[in-house]
Amino acid sequence: MSENGGTTLVEAVNLALARELERDPSVVVLGEDVGVNGGVFRATAGLQRRFGEARVLDTPLAETLIAGMSVGLAAQGFRPVAEIQFMGFIHSTLDQMLNHAARLRNRTRGRLTCPMVLRAPFGGGIHAPEHHSESTEALFAHIPGLRVVIPSSPARAYGLLLAAIRDPDPVVFLEPKRIYRALKEPVADDGQALPLDACFVLREGRDVTLVTWGALVRETLAAADTLAGEGVEAEVIDVATVKPLDTETILASVARTGRCVIVHEAARSGGVGAEIAAVLAERGLTTLLAPVVRVTGYDTVMPLYRLEHLYLPDEARILAAVRGVMEYA
Amino acid sequence: MTTVARFTVDYTRFLDPSGKAVAELPAFARDPASLVALYRAMVLTRAFDARAVALQRTGRLGTYASTLGQEAIGAALGEAMAPEDVLVPSYRETGAQIARGVRMSELLLYWGGDERGSRFTGPREDFPVSVPVASQSCHAVGVALAFRLRNEPRVAVSVCGDGATSKGDFYESLNAAGVWRLPLVFLVNNNQWAISVPRSRQSAAETIAQKAVAAGFRGEQVDGNDAVALRAVLEAAIERARKGGGPTLVEALTYRLCDHTTADDASRYRPAEEVSGHWAEDPVVRLRNHLVAAGAWRKAEEEALLDECARTVEAAVAEYESLPPQDPASLFDYLYAELPAALREQREALIRGGGGDE
Repeated sequence: MSENGGTTLVEAVNLALARELERDPSVVVLGEDVGVNGGVFRATAGLQRRFGEARVLDTPLAETLIAGMSVGLAAQGFRPVAEIQFMGFIHSTLDQMLNHAARLRNRTRGRLTCPMVLRAPFGGGIHAPEHHSESTEALFAHIPGLRVVIPSSPARAYGLLLAAIRDPDPVVFLEPKRIYRALKEPVADDGQALPLDACFVLREGRDVTLVTWGALVRETLAAADTLAGEGVEAEVIDVATVKPLDTETILASVARTGRCVIVHEAARSGGVGAEIAAVLAERGLTTLLAPVVRVTGYDTVMPLYRLEHLYLPDEARILAAVRGVMEYA
Repeated sequence: MTTVARFTVDYTRFLDPSGKAVAELPAFARDPASLVALYRAMVLTRAFDARAVALQRTGRLGTYASTLGQEAIGAALGEAMAPEDVLVPSYRETGAQIARGVRMSELLLYWGGDERGSRFTGPREDFPVSVPVASQSCHAVGVALAFRLRNEPRVAVSVCGDGATSKGDFYESLNAAGVWRLPLVFLVNNNQWAISVPRSRQSAAETIAQKAVAAGFRGEQVDGNDAVALRAVLEAAIERARKGGGPTLVEALTYRLCDHTTADDASRYRPAEEVSGHWAEDPVVRLRNHLVAAGAWRKAEEEALLDECARTVEAAVAEYESLPPQDPASLFDYLYAELPAALREQREALIRGGGGDE
């Protein structure tokens, strides 16, 4: 998949799934349309043909079941990687993820564990129908015992998905579908996982820290380029694992820059950005030169696609926020 | 118009409420020892149950879900399952859990608010009690699929109550088990009451068993107060599943002689006469009458059994109450395989004794 200058994010997901199916016989891929059809976004394309129906299973159309049976498989020593077709359909899995997956290890004092991955494409910006564009990572990030991982590039999708599958605990793996095919980069299919629970510093800068994840990493990096032309050097942090949070990397960065703008697509109130801002208020207050500012989706229902451009943060909003915090000396 | 589907639901009973055989008994029941084993399991469950309720009433145990009147289900399931099978229980499977080797002290620990109660030194692969009703039926699908994928001749048994059969998780699980013909038995303890809502308000379906028909497999009813019938039906369903014959839904018709839990007061919603009427169907008395009439059980044996059960339960209570409390750090130590860096500070603050809020 390296022709035409690189691998897309969705192809990287496919590479990681194939790599783990190949490497570890306990890995099974399951979900709606993941078999013959290869998934509605083709994330699982070709996997059933290559690994057989016992390893790549089409399930009945039942999200609660998909999450719940994954708990059962995981407790039995399998490593299920389940796909939920769209984020809007993931919410019926909350019961299973919150009440069972996230607490099985704890409630049995380690007797049973739940090494499962629940994958879902998330976020807006592809003119999808209703219930296809939500960003509700904060609902899962609130749950003790879970990991919530969000890649923002093909290479990080590959490395983080390998890590998520190999992780001994449940991981919700949210794939920003707006950039499933929007960018390509070389991805070495070398089986090398990237670290979970760790931010990635994508660009270093001394003046302001931009903290983001998912599809908006692109707009944030673009904003950082624009700002550089104005003499403002922005540090860009891709949080990647939004639960548990690598607060040390963020705090260390803000300690140097004194300014922080948090950028995410999800609604503002109670979002992961609020947690980051709270950590900065608790542990980084004396290093701050300016208020912490959030650039986020509005506290509205995710609009249907004709208006979604109004909802989704863009480079202009990021630039405006940064220029605002730069006014504080 | 043509009829495109038609179904029947079988009902099995061997012993009537007085303990008299109403049909030719299954082979195992001709050996008094196997009936005595069922009887002993029921009496032990009832002794444990009474003690647990008493402990709750005196502040030595948290809220507890009694199984009074439903002991035949657990005893029969314990006999019908093989040790290598996996039980995926609701919160009213005390009898089956004891029969499968969960220590009574562990059950007390669980209901006494201590996670170590679900660590199970006995059946290591059995699921812990599931409180969100029917959610566990999805786990049983995964467990049964695991057996299938590994080609193991093992069976998963998922137990829930009548109320749980109204939930989507239940239907989703039946449906998947049918599609994949999984080695899975769904056992429904239909005790007629989901807290305060009676069976008639739970579903307009004539039987719960017929819900399996919609999922493409066999559903049947059994007298849930007849331990002989339960063992026969469950054994057949489990062995069918083990041999690749697919899932079965077994609806055990019984009655909740107790409150929903110790936190409930059933007198608020059901008449005392209804409850007292059902005591005439007591599963423990039924099997005892049968054994006595068959000359397989005498007064001295009864007294010895009651004495033995009381001593066993007291030993479990002593074990439960003598266990040192959990280390405070245990709040954090089983969240993840390895504690994430982000949580270290909270854990240290807890150990220090502050909240880390300063």
